[in-house]
Amino acid sequence: MKYVDEFRDPQKARALLAEIESLIDQVPACQDRPLYLMEVCGGHTHSIFKYGIENLLPKKIELVHGPGCPVCVLPMGRVDDCVALAEIPGVILCTFGDAMRVPGSKKSLMQAKADGADVRMVYSPLDALEIARRNPDREVVFFGLGFETTMPSTALTVLQAEQEGIENFSLFCNHITIIPTIKAILDSPDLQIDGFLGPGHVSMVIGSAPYEFISAHYKRPLVVAGFEPLDILHSIWMLLKQMVEGRCEVENQYNRIVPKEGNGPALGAIAQVFELREFFEWRGLGSIDHSGVKIRDAYARFDAEQKFAVPAVKIADPKACQCGEVLKGVIKPWQCKVFGRACTPETPLGALMVSSEGACAAYYQYGGIEMEAAE
Amino acid sequence: MCLGIPGQIVEISDAEKRLAIVDVTGVKREVNVACIQREGEPLDEMIGVWTLVHVGFAMSRIDEEEAAKTLEVLQMLGEAQEELAAMKAGDASVAAE
Ligand code: SF4
Repeated sequence: MKYVDEFRDPQKARALLAEIESLIDQVPACQDRPLYLMEVCGGHTHSIFKYGIENLLPKKIELVHGPGCPVCVLPMGRVDDCVALAEIPGVILCTFGDAMRVPGSKKSLMQAKADGADVRMVYSPLDALEIARRNPDREVVFFGLGFETTMPSTALTVLQAEQEGIENFSLFCNHITIIPTIKAILDSPDLQIDGFLGPGHVSMVIGSAPYEFISAHYKRPLVVAGFEPLDILHSIWMLLKQMVEGRCEVENQYNRIVPKEGNGPALGAIAQVFELREFFEWRGLGSIDHSGVKIRDAYARFDAEQKFAVPAVKIADPKACQCGEVLKGVIKPWQCKVFGRACTPETPLGALMVSSEGACAAYYQYGGIEMEAAE
Repeated sequence: MCLGIPGQIVEISDAEKRLAIVDVTGVKREVNVACIQREGEPLDEMIGVWTLVHVGFAMSRIDEEEAAKTLEVLQMLGEAQEELAAMKAGDASVAAE
């Protein structure tokens, strides 16, 4: 496959690790404490655990696993709304597989399906549109979620539905935006982050320019990173290099995919179909201003929230859950009181345990050695 | 959900809907290519293009020149490390005498 093996070469990884080793001692911030680097994107979290990168890095580097897993930050109330939509007679609810097991206050989509709702896993929103074409007497609702990476795909699907005059298709929109989220993290008082690995595939849509405020105002460097092991190590090396040289910039390690200006047609489709919500509720993080989008009035007939009545009840996270603290990097997943006991991938309490991009599931699956060492 | 996968465009399947067939490690799948079409570019010219595919949409062209540049940097770091290791080994041998 194009540029996959090349970015997994163990020899180059060793060289990078040696470079990182020798740089870390020269980083001014890191003289008497660890260096905290946050990977914002759940895709990075996944790769970091899959390849055991955390265990390879010098002890002085602590990776904080950020909130960039859209499935994991979905609040219970929204899952309940989605279950309610799925249970409307005649509705076919289409979703990405990741979202099937996210717990609502009563049940997940998977349980709703077991109870008789017509819930179908799809690979693409275009599959949902095709299901709508083939079932003109049914209502097809697509459960849209994700950051800017997946936003263009749902926007273009809505535009396609409009063009073809498909009226039995609608979108339950849970898309969220990255910049207000990072800003909320930076403004959080209990958080200490020295630098960021920027989300590679969000950036391929929005470009690298929107992050400039992070280096300019918050004085934290950010490197947009690819997802292969060498990409991640290379990006960490670039962050350290900046710190040692006294620079604080937005850099792009993932040049082969991410253009500085982002993707014009994708941004155009997003702007045409979506507008910012005043605020959006996040699991663990609470409400964040302007962090979600909704469908514009011009496309209201494709908006499942307007087409059907959803309960829209705000449900507090379960008390035992410490997802918020994990998301902000205040505690490690295995330090959560219910980790591996009441909360496991088979019976998730919090959403971080559900998706392979969630920090808790990743620790549970790949982090055994490290946990044992810490206990 | 955010990872995506590289694939190569092998055929235009529906020009009006801007759909193309992409080969992803031997598996063929229809994807929408609207996001990677350049202004005024005929769809046929996109055959052979490598792209990153996300949830049924080609979202970015893979820039071979930039990939080569990144790999070159990594290669250089590797060589520098080898040099350094050789130097250290040399020093150790000298000290041992
Ligand atoms: S172990 Fe479960 S409840 Fe605790 S933080 Fe992780 S997902 Fe949330």
